[in-house]
Amino acid sequence: MIKRYAVLAMVGAVMSAGASQTAAQRLSGNVKVDGSSTVAPITMAAAELFQSEQPRVRVTVGISGTGGGFKKFLDQRPDLRTDISDASRAIKGKEIERARNVGVEFIEIPIGIDGIAVMVHPSNDFCDHLTVRELKRIWQPGSAIASWNQVRAGFPELKIKLYGPDADSGTFDYFTKAVVGKERASRSDYTGSTSDNVLVQGVAGDRGSLGYFGYSYYEANKSSLKLIGVDNNNGNPIRPSIDVIRGGTYKPLSRPMFLYVNKESYNRPEVKAYLDFFLTNARQIVEHPTVNYVALSSDLYNLAKNRLNAGKAGSAMEAAKGKTRDLVEIFRDH
Amino acid sequence: MNAEPLDFQPGLARRRRAGRLFTLALTAAGLAGIGFLIVLLARVLWEGAPSLSRDFLANFPSVLNPPKAGVKSALWGTVWLMTMTVLVSVPIGVATAVYLEEHAPNNRLTRFIHLNIANLAGVPSIVYGILGLAVFVRWMHFDRSVAAGALTLSLLIMPVIIIASREALLAVPQSFRHAALALGATKWQTIRAHVLPAALPGIITGVILAVSRAIGEAAPLLMIGALTYVAFVPEGPFDAFTALPIQIFDWCDRPQPQFHHLAAAGILVLLSILLPMNAVAVALRAWHTRRKAWQNSGI
Repeated sequence: MIKRYAVLAMVGAVMSAGASQTAAQRLSGNVKVDGSSTVAPITMAAAELFQSEQPRVRVTVGISGTGGGFKKFLDQRPDLRTDISDASRAIKGKEIERARNVGVEFIEIPIGIDGIAVMVHPSNDFCDHLTVRELKRIWQPGSAIASWNQVRAGFPELKIKLYGPDADSGTFDYFTKAVVGKERASRSDYTGSTSDNVLVQGVAGDRGSLGYFGYSYYEANKSSLKLIGVDNNNGNPIRPSIDVIRGGTYKPLSRPMFLYVNKESYNRPEVKAYLDFFLTNARQIVEHPTVNYVALSSDLYNLAKNRLNAGKAGSAMEAAKGKTRDLVEIFRDH
Repeated sequence: MNAEPLDFQPGLARRRRAGRLFTLALTAAGLAGIGFLIVLLARVLWEGAPSLSRDFLANFPSVLNPPKAGVKSALWGTVWLMTMTVLVSVPIGVATAVYLEEHAPNNRLTRFIHLNIANLAGVPSIVYGILGLAVFVRWMHFDRSVAAGALTLSLLIMPVIIIASREALLAVPQSFRHAALALGATKWQTIRAHVLPAALPGIITGVILAVSRAIGEAAPLLMIGALTYVAFVPEGPFDAFTALPIQIFDWCDRPQPQFHHLAAAGILVLLSILLPMNAVAVALRAWHTRRKAWQNSGI
């Protein structure tokens, strides 16, 4: 019995020696990613492509929501921490404070843009666009708007039925901040769901419906929804498309997505290799038809690369908070 | 003398009508359940069958190429989970039942334990997830591994196994025990050679039904932080894992319809494990009932 194990061990040793000779830079190890369900397809797709490059590195992706992801990223216990956090919004002041308390240094990199689409029932022929001011009046806490004719004079008296992501979602955080003006401030008498597909069903099945969720869910269900334009209170309603979102005019409902990288983890060759691989192929991954987000400019991906290489810790988004600047400026200057 | 009762039929037609109506309502209730099941199965088959293939079982999940996506990691994750769950929960569950039924005195404490086990069987599965997160993931340092998942699911199904085993032991006639003890067998010999074998089919039925509940659970696994994208098969109990219900959940959540078809195919894989398991449980029960001559002979 012992003899057999010895032989097995020898065979194993010879085999692994052979493997390391043929591919000297072949890496192994685990890369733990968790966070936003919106961002997850990007990191999953990157993991999938990366696997053909480094088959022995095991990249795992969990979906706990942006906030839940940060909890795991900033766990009290270092052994339970994730290496990379998927985020569909920038890290919050509270989370930065927590990072400081538990002693985690992180590097923030932008990876792509997602649009939030505003939709109505396809039979709705009176509403082509809404202004941000109108959206605010509809969605703000305590709003008494119950019928379309209360939204704008000339709209029919039709009961308005609201659909939106529930309060665990990064989309909810972003929309409330962008439209109502205060993060997480929303009326609560709407049909909420964590699953955007449930919201699609709701908006598509209700004549007086109005809803908001990720643009890619509109693209996949074009025939059963009507996309409306959003007018940023300047008389110029913009109806989003991938090209429009890329152009940067769909404001305020385009949002950047980020990865937060544990600085210590980035010193591990497998984590570095994964992120470098992703940033080199970012456009191809982010805009792949089954991922379907908008890629950033190559300038921004280069800024992200430099940030990682330089090990620049901290949040540029937090540093630039309150100033209206574009992403390139933010990540160049902070 | 006989004429009077025969004449008594006030509203007989009406009462018979009510009876027929009642039968009809009952039949409708019974058929409704079957109807929903058929609609559900037909829809899943319609959506998922085209994606089912050998490749679907042999490939890892894919975001970039849905037609080549598969459930390999999720299927193996589920196999690992269920094997470990059975290995942990069955010995402890059956031993608990044997203790409670054969050894424990009937006092306040054991009655309290009985009551608690019955209550635990009704606790929502997510609560076990929270417990698993605190105890197995964090306190016992198992991280988000197969072991943490399996132990959480073991806790979830143990009350069901205990209750089913107790019922099975309870159904074994006292005369079996008396006969064995009278012939000089020890308590342990009586239980091992007579009581347990007689109760075994009932116990196995309970175990299978409990495992069929565990196999479809996503909530407690998500709670302990089981992963969604895993492109390897677990090699040991402390490896990261994903499971079929989580994979299905993830695919359902995607915008593109290709992924919804994959989800349906995943459901078919899950059902094709579940249905045979349930069939075995039903067959065992039937066989057991036929074999248990003592139930009919009134010993």
